[in-house]
Amino acid sequence: MNYVLFMADTNLILAQRNAEWCGHGPVLEQDIAITNITLDLLGQARNFYQYAASLINQSARQPIEATEDSLANLRTEREFKNLLLCELPNGDWAQSILKLFFFSAYTQLLYTQLQHSKYDRIAAIAQKSLKETNYLLRWSSEWVIRLGDGTEESNQRIKNALTYLWPFTGEMFVAADFEDEIDLKGIKDKWQQKIHAVLSEATLAVPDMQMLMQSGGKQGIHTEHLGYILAEMQYLQRTYPGAEW
Amino acid sequence: MQKQTIDIKQLENRIWQILARITDPEVPVLTILDLGIVREVIADDTGVQVSITPTYSGCPAMDMIATQIRMELLSEGIKKVDIKSILSPAWTTDWMSEAGKQKLKAYGIAPPNQKQQVCQQDLFAANEAIQCPRCNSYHTQRISEFGSTACKALYQCLHCKEPFDYFKCH
Repeated sequence: MNYVLFMADTNLILAQRNAEWCGHGPVLEQDIAITNITLDLLGQARNFYQYAASLINQSARQPIEATEDSLANLRTEREFKNLLLCELPNGDWAQSILKLFFFSAYTQLLYTQLQHSKYDRIAAIAQKSLKETNYLLRWSSEWVIRLGDGTEESNQRIKNALTYLWPFTGEMFVAADFEDEIDLKGIKDKWQQKIHAVLSEATLAVPDMQMLMQSGGKQGIHTEHLGYILAEMQYLQRTYPGAEW
Repeated sequence: MQKQTIDIKQLENRIWQILARITDPEVPVLTILDLGIVREVIADDTGVQVSITPTYSGCPAMDMIATQIRMELLSEGIKKVDIKSILSPAWTTDWMSEAGKQKLKAYGIAPPNQKQQVCQQDLFAANEAIQCPRCNSYHTQRISEFGSTACKALYQCLHCKEPFDYFKCH
């Protein structure tokens, strides 16, 4: 159950961050692209939240019935298990793109494994999400290459993004106690190969893989940024409980 | 007993006919049967179960479609309806009917290519040869991989200059 919440939170928080680009993309086509991608991430988050809610309600100890909405809107910062990478501010386009590239290179490998999960519902969500993740990975890879191998300015910007984001990538591969079903070691090896291939094509140096990495998201220990996201996201449901429109 | 089985079969057939009237809210020329998103209709003594599958996880039309199914069946006196969402096997544009593809084209949206032939995952892959729904030229170019909805990409015909949506193969 914690694993399902981890996947739900991770997708939701990244979707919320991406959604901040709505109306602010560098050109109209890319504005539409990132918001379309956001819808898919949100849809994947909903699938996981719906499953998590049904698991919680089955255990029957809860006095109030859990729903996808209550899980997204009424849990606190320390209860959120999302990756730190997802909650970081968007920064510039290069930073947002690189974040999506790191993330989708990871989720593509993850969903490929989870398709064979012993839990049917996780396998079904993974199978569905994988098709969408392929788009995201291709689109973000192309942008990383375009920026890295582009102008002096675009190259500098993606280099800055790389320096800033890299310490947040290690957390993906450090198993939390709820991640017993996944071969994170195998995913890490393939992830590194993918990152290496794309960064090389983008004329960017691959940072040190052994660097000291940030962690804590999976355990609910977050950066200062998550609280602000939740405040904005949850404000309406906390102020007007059950509001609908 | 046998009589009952026939009744249920008839009811299921009737439901399929009713569903054939429901269109996609975002692409109103296509019915939900054309799209291939209705996977199963099961009727028994307790009620009716309609299973649908989303095109994309984030498709905002799914809730609307579920409501339309309820309303339409209700208007035909079928009250106990359970709508189930199925994720696996995942929807693919290969499930779109031939009639649906023709209707899309007539509506000005290029229908999806057969997935086996052209779905490319390589970086900077060459554009698929998409036929302009207006002048039938294959001399077209992709403007953006993402269009007005998640399921479409934006193209332009270089022959007649018309910009058009392409329903992506997925």
